[in-house]
Amino acid sequence: MAEPVLKVENLKKYFPIKRGLVSSLKGEPQRFVRAVDGITFEVGKQEVFALVGESGCGKSTTGKLIVKLLQPTEGSIYLEGNDVTNVRTREEVLAYRRKVQIIFQDPFSSMNPRFRVFDILEEPLLIHGIGETRAEREELIYKALEMVKITPPEDYVGRFPHMLSGGQRQRVAIARALILDPTFIVADEPVSMLDVSIRAEVLELMKELKEKMGVTYLYITHDMSTARYFADWMAVMYLGRIVEMGPAKRVIDNPLHPYTRALLAAVPEPKPERRNIIKELPIRGEVPNAANIPPGCRFHPRCIFAQKGLCDVEHPKLVEYEHNHWAECHLVGKY
Amino acid sequence: MSKNVLEVKNLKMYYFTNKGVVKAVDDLSFTLKKGEVLGLAGESGCGKSSLGFTLMGMPTPPGKIVDGSIKIDGREVVGLPEDVLRKEVRWQKISMIFQGAMNALNPVYTVGYQMIEPLVYLKGMERDDALDRAQKYLELVGLPGDIVYRYPHELSGGMKQRVIIATALLLEPDVVIADEPTTALDVVVQAQIINLMKKLKKELGLSMIFITHDLSILAEISDRVAIMYAGKLVEIGDSEKIYYEPAHPYTQKLLAAIPRLHEDVERLEFIPGQPPNLINPPKGCRFHPRCPYAMQVCKEQIPELKEVDKDHYAACWLL
Repeated sequence: MAEPVLKVENLKKYFPIKRGLVSSLKGEPQRFVRAVDGITFEVGKQEVFALVGESGCGKSTTGKLIVKLLQPTEGSIYLEGNDVTNVRTREEVLAYRRKVQIIFQDPFSSMNPRFRVFDILEEPLLIHGIGETRAEREELIYKALEMVKITPPEDYVGRFPHMLSGGQRQRVAIARALILDPTFIVADEPVSMLDVSIRAEVLELMKELKEKMGVTYLYITHDMSTARYFADWMAVMYLGRIVEMGPAKRVIDNPLHPYTRALLAAVPEPKPERRNIIKELPIRGEVPNAANIPPGCRFHPRCIFAQKGLCDVEHPKLVEYEHNHWAECHLVGKY
Repeated sequence: MSKNVLEVKNLKMYYFTNKGVVKAVDDLSFTLKKGEVLGLAGESGCGKSSLGFTLMGMPTPPGKIVDGSIKIDGREVVGLPEDVLRKEVRWQKISMIFQGAMNALNPVYTVGYQMIEPLVYLKGMERDDALDRAQKYLELVGLPGDIVYRYPHELSGGMKQRVIIATALLLEPDVVIADEPTTALDVVVQAQIINLMKKLKKELGLSMIFITHDLSILAEISDRVAIMYAGKLVEIGDSEKIYYEPAHPYTQKLLAAIPRLHEDVERLEFIPGQPPNLINPPKGCRFHPRCPYAMQVCKEQIPELKEVDKDHYAACWLL
């Protein structure tokens, strides 16, 4: 792996559950939703690291912790070797956000509908005090729009978000993240709201920007197929833990963890000849509540290979089974 | 050869808005055979959901059926008065599985209460008999029967979607329309629901129109596939033909835009531009402004559906 730009160590985020008056008087202990429960990973320069999982697995919370929209309960985050876990004051956060930006899932709700494209892109410049005169800022805005292929920019700066198509809106959101020339971008489901025909366009653009501007991405998604296409590395999350991690293609072609297998088996593929076959899904039950995490391996109640006395008792460790390919399961190679 | 349960001919449904007439469904013809699943795909705004609601006899206002015919099991339903539609057609002859199971159930009533409503009011069944029947159908979709006494908030997303499916089947309709039935669900739950629909298709011989924007999901269940673009049908045929020998450039491009799970793709294709405004659709072929092969004739005349192969039709001047 190349020199890590971002390093996350034993990161945890627990959200307290509100207690009623009665239960606090009874002295019942405070309970927590363990959204992110001790994850460790590194992202190398100009690489794309995908976090994959079902809703509620903690992937978006991880993204928010990294851009400092949330403060971690425990653990550390390093950016280019510097510990940024306790970045808190306004100045520190501002300096940090010049380097780390985020793209949200829904470009319609992440933009102020009463702002024109110009204002949307000018806002980060004003916040960070970049460009002294309006003319300077205008130049930067035009450059950013050209970069995301919204051309000619003068036709678009006056438009409101509702006057753009879905793909254009998401490209403006990308331009807003890029205008500060960040080193790291958290892309939280950036294409899942887009039509297939333009999804590829946005992914291609993000790929191109990676090469041209040296951006590094954390790509948060539920879609294994786009992760294979876009990402170099992949981590599969389940109930706040990384259960498998490795090169994206390797994880998909040779999954080690039973959960990854189940996820992969569930992905629909455009192969109509299989339409009358009822697919085997090697998983049972539903995702348990993150406030009530099962003991032992947290996947064991749903795992069809789980062994009594082992999986329901002992928490497995994340072990490197192949070069750079990790899994957190007692039974790798034994099921 | 099995008979047609649904015949749609020259169907036109326009929205009469302040800004102008939106031609959301424009001159569509197709048939659905008994026991067959017809997949209907297209980008958002192509009119696929509008078509679903129109077939149910309830185009969303200000939409109106302008022309054409819809025959369900041989009976013409266009032009039937609303009370006849409600009493005799909707839910009994044709039913719908809605998009977004989360919002399709009423949170203040138990599952059973809302499921038996059509049985009690349309069929005049006793409440207890109706509840028995609801339980039978819940078991059919893989849920415990006592779910009838639960409230929607007690169920997970996948369970709610199963309730919606059971409700749509309760009156044993001839045709079921499934409008994006898996969109808001996680991958594993989505695969379970698709499996369920395959099972129902096999066991009950369901005739279904499956609407989605996701061609991968469509391939999992459809016997035939229809591709819509800007209110028109551009291609229709057996699934194998559509996926492996697509004739229309739009279908070809859509398929090339799908990332594959087990294959490496150097570059994904995409379709530049965006679907046209349906108030003022482009003259000629509606796809011509985005089509890489557009010729002069494409800009002037609307192509008709032509038979490319046996039971495989496409509307394109290149053919």
